[in-house]
Amino acid sequence: MKRIRLTSGLGFYGDNWHPVLAAIERGDVDYVCSDHLAELTLAILQKDRLKDPNTGYTRDLVPMLTRLWPTASSRGVKFVLNAGGLNPRSAAEALQKLFAEKGWRARIAVVTGDNVLPLIEQIQLGGNDLQHMDTGAPIESVRDQIIFANAYLGAQPIAQALAKDADIVITGRVADAALFLGPLIFEFEWDAADWHRLAQGVTAGHLLECSGQGTGGNFGAAGVWQRIPDLAHIGFPIADVGHDGDVIICKAPDSGGRINFHTVRQQLLYEVHNPRAYVTPDVILDMSELELKDLGNDRVSVSGAIGTAAPNQLKIVAGYANGWMGHIVTGFCWPDVLRKANAAVNTIRLMMQEAELQYDELCVEFIGHNAFLGPHATPAEEDAINEIWLRMAIRTQDKKQADAFPRLFPWLALSGPPFMGGFHGIPPASQLIGLWPTLVPRRLVETQVSVDILK
Amino acid sequence: MKLRLAQIAHARSGDKGDIADIGLFAWEPTGYAMLAKQITADIVQQHLKHLWSEKINLNESGQKNKQIDRFDLPNLLALKFVLRGTLNGGAASSLRSDNLGKTVAAQLLRLEIDVPDHEATAVLKATEQALVNF
Repeated sequence: MKRIRLTSGLGFYGDNWHPVLAAIERGDVDYVCSDHLAELTLAILQKDRLKDPNTGYTRDLVPMLTRLWPTASSRGVKFVLNAGGLNPRSAAEALQKLFAEKGWRARIAVVTGDNVLPLIEQIQLGGNDLQHMDTGAPIESVRDQIIFANAYLGAQPIAQALAKDADIVITGRVADAALFLGPLIFEFEWDAADWHRLAQGVTAGHLLECSGQGTGGNFGAAGVWQRIPDLAHIGFPIADVGHDGDVIICKAPDSGGRINFHTVRQQLLYEVHNPRAYVTPDVILDMSELELKDLGNDRVSVSGAIGTAAPNQLKIVAGYANGWMGHIVTGFCWPDVLRKANAAVNTIRLMMQEAELQYDELCVEFIGHNAFLGPHATPAEEDAINEIWLRMAIRTQDKKQADAFPRLFPWLALSGPPFMGGFHGIPPASQLIGLWPTLVPRRLVETQVSVDILK
Repeated sequence: MKLRLAQIAHARSGDKGDIADIGLFAWEPTGYAMLAKQITADIVQQHLKHLWSEKINLNESGQKNKQIDRFDLPNLLALKFVLRGTLNGGAASSLRSDNLGKTVAAQLLRLEIDVPDHEATAVLKATEQALVNF
């Protein structure tokens, strides 16, 4: 019986593609499915697109394919990538340009239609107030500040692109697991209502979408993470899938990382919220009966995914301009580091008051002491602390205030507490972008989705 | 005696918007039974209460939304906690160093629980056993 092997591509914009190369060379894979878009990423890409309308896709696409395509094409390996970001067409064209320069041939497909910004007014007129999924607030409160709005598309457009003989499919926003489910639907001709198989496919996709997190990277286990071998050469997870949706998670031979019950389940529950109803555009997945069986030798089988009918609505995430952050980092060396950092904080607070700086919130962190653990940091004896970094950040609606804030700091070097160092300049104000998750009837979005092969 | 969760469990956290999402995993079944009994949503909410920004976490009527859910997965020896309104507005709006909530799981692993000595000894021994073949 035919089996299909999918490898995780990148797990985020900026990830390493050497493990992907290993999967292509030694993992006998059929597809590379690459997730470049964290929830936050569209906010980053929007900043690019404001500067140049031909950007807005993840810039790692071209160098990644430059490196991987020669090896992949000789083995017939296909790619599905959401590197299109906010501008899949420009991404596909950039890739086409690369292929023309190199004299390489490939059928490149582009999936568009996830951009719903132009539809918002129409959706509102239809009586949907696009309320926030988590808080219930109506979108009116941020309506005028919205800068992008994209729906999470499902796997069907990807399967359609592959049915058009695409070698490389570029999408914008799609559900992460859909990148993996698309090839399975195409290869096995799974019915769009075959909830059990789709649920198994989504589970496989979810286990692969975060690259090294599926094979023991970022393994949150005190005293045990050290046992994960050779993280420097970690193998990204590969799903070996059969027609009935049976799944084995494995990785390329001679790669680092570890696949066992523990590493796989840690990824399985990652960011899923309700594990009994993990909602994707293609199927709703219930993990409560899932069985992970450790087969040894870095292989785990996955069975028992329960699928129920796909939702009638698609999730949209809109981004809106949400004020500015002004921030600064500077270091203090022994002695009395916490006392000195606190003295600096008090001075800065006083200066903010005297300068009548307008701000909504102030964040103070002592990096090296409590920036991550907060109140759960172990209280430190002053003399035991060698050094810390003071980080301060303000939230403000006014960019000028955000820019002014770090300028309060440099004079401390000569007129503040002693032994301050590592002041590396004044960072510019950073725009804050709020995310607005909401739901819309799927037909409104799906009627505008198109799948095109680049000529 | 007191047990720190890190002695009997592992964890990973992430984000969706302003929601932190934590998976907590016992190494073996006796540890899972202990977690399921002791690590209630209320306990986690109390332990991580500093993560909620009061201002941001009100709905349109000015009321607090339900802030935390726990889901039990005995098949995976795991508990899942979903904490709404805890990421300072969410990744691209957050002022925090850890804007993605990746280290929230570490904070949870520092939680200490009171356990009768014989139970603590038993779970530590079973955990050690479960880790032999990691």
